[in-house]
Amino acid sequence: MMSEFLVITVGAILVNNFVLSKFLGICPFLGVSKKLDTALGMSGAVIFVMTLASLVSSLINQFLLTRPFVIGGREMNLVFLQTLVFIVVIASLVQLVEIMLQKLSAKLYESLGIFLPLITTNCAVLGCVVINAKATSPLQSTWYGATIYGFCSAVGFALALVLFSSLREKLDLAQVPKAFEGTAISLVTAGILAMAFLGFSGLV
Amino acid sequence: MDLKFIIISIISTGIIGVLLGVIIGVVAKVFAVDVDERIEKVEELLPGANCGGCGFAGCAAFAKAVVAEDAAPGQCPVCSSSDVENIAEYLGIEAGQGEKRVALVRCSGDIPNTVRTLYNGIRDCRSAVVVQGGAKGCEYGCLGFGSCANACPFGAIEMRDGLAVVHPDLCVGCENCVSTCPKNLIIMVPAAADVHVYCNSPEKGAAKRLVCKTACIACRKCVKASGEEDHMLVDGFLVKTNYENPPAPELVEASACPTTALRQASKHAANAYQGVSK
Repeated sequence: MMSEFLVITVGAILVNNFVLSKFLGICPFLGVSKKLDTALGMSGAVIFVMTLASLVSSLINQFLLTRPFVIGGREMNLVFLQTLVFIVVIASLVQLVEIMLQKLSAKLYESLGIFLPLITTNCAVLGCVVINAKATSPLQSTWYGATIYGFCSAVGFALALVLFSSLREKLDLAQVPKAFEGTAISLVTAGILAMAFLGFSGLV
Repeated sequence: MDLKFIIISIISTGIIGVLLGVIIGVVAKVFAVDVDERIEKVEELLPGANCGGCGFAGCAAFAKAVVAEDAAPGQCPVCSSSDVENIAEYLGIEAGQGEKRVALVRCSGDIPNTVRTLYNGIRDCRSAVVVQGGAKGCEYGCLGFGSCANACPFGAIEMRDGLAVVHPDLCVGCENCVSTCPKNLIIMVPAAADVHVYCNSPEKGAAKRLVCKTACIACRKCVKASGEEDHMLVDGFLVKTNYENPPAPELVEASACPTTALRQASKHAANAYQGVSK
């Protein structure tokens, strides 16, 4: 149990990092990584949404989509509706959280507010819940295991985003060859960062 | 595939959709936040530059303050007077026009007029100042890497021959450049005053002239030319414009400043002083 827990956490944060080895959530990775403080805000929002989305969609997956029923003597289930249902659930979940946050905690809303709509249909969030739904490990198939995985993947995303934005802040002051200025050098840096994270492979 | 199966899929997806829609609808009603629609309207009327020149976090925050009557519409430095009147009229309050202030870079030492050393580091004033205070003979002058010009959201600062030159007609007074300059060279002055001393060095005149042709050497010609009026103030080895009682533009001609440190901001922006210094 404990080792399985470690496999999920370390695996999600370092080895199978969402951004740097699964290549999910690349658009916020490049889009909001110009400054460290926006990167931190985005990380907070992603951790928040991804944990919640993992919890809710694993419950839906477990109690609705994978529940078998019999039609005409054949056993069937609704697993093929996964993508559709997950997207709808995540989108409305983010909406709900945004509406409630605005009323309940204006301060949190101001720091996370603009990032929440951005991740409504983010591939990292959808990817996370789909990976959970397809998981074979007994821990990850449970709702709490899925939630832990969602949280840890989001932490991995946050780690990559914060590292990358710190690098980009330094890059702003570096003398870059004309042809590589701007997005080009950012992509090269992201590639090098991804290669650095390859060093973790084989850890779990 | 069985038709029943298709119907079950459609119904279950439909139920999930309707359920979520109802939940969102109910929650949105329960958690509705009252937003004054005037705030949005005022924000529309504002320029939307989010420069922070009014002292608030951005145009949205300023609009909120204006509607709550914590701020007057005239505090926005970017709005033209007709914009301000529109907002005041919409809300039915006083416009409260503020005095227009513009930025002034107190240095005239461009590349032809100053002594410089080699600097191959990062092309940014705040980085350059860490290395021996920058690559300029004068320790107090403009470093010329344009950190202030980059900070200006309105393109009002031009980098000309390694010198930051403010265009007073473009400057709206948002003060973004003031905090950027590592030499604290930039100050806010009333837009009505056109005559300024473009020097910030407190050193003795002879020492300044060694490194800069256009330094103020405190010869006091301008002080004498202004006569009894307190237009110009002497501060050690530096003369400054008295912004409480600014001189008329004719003073620049009348005083015949030997180093051309005394300039009109409008002419300086138009590059009228190039190569004039002796």
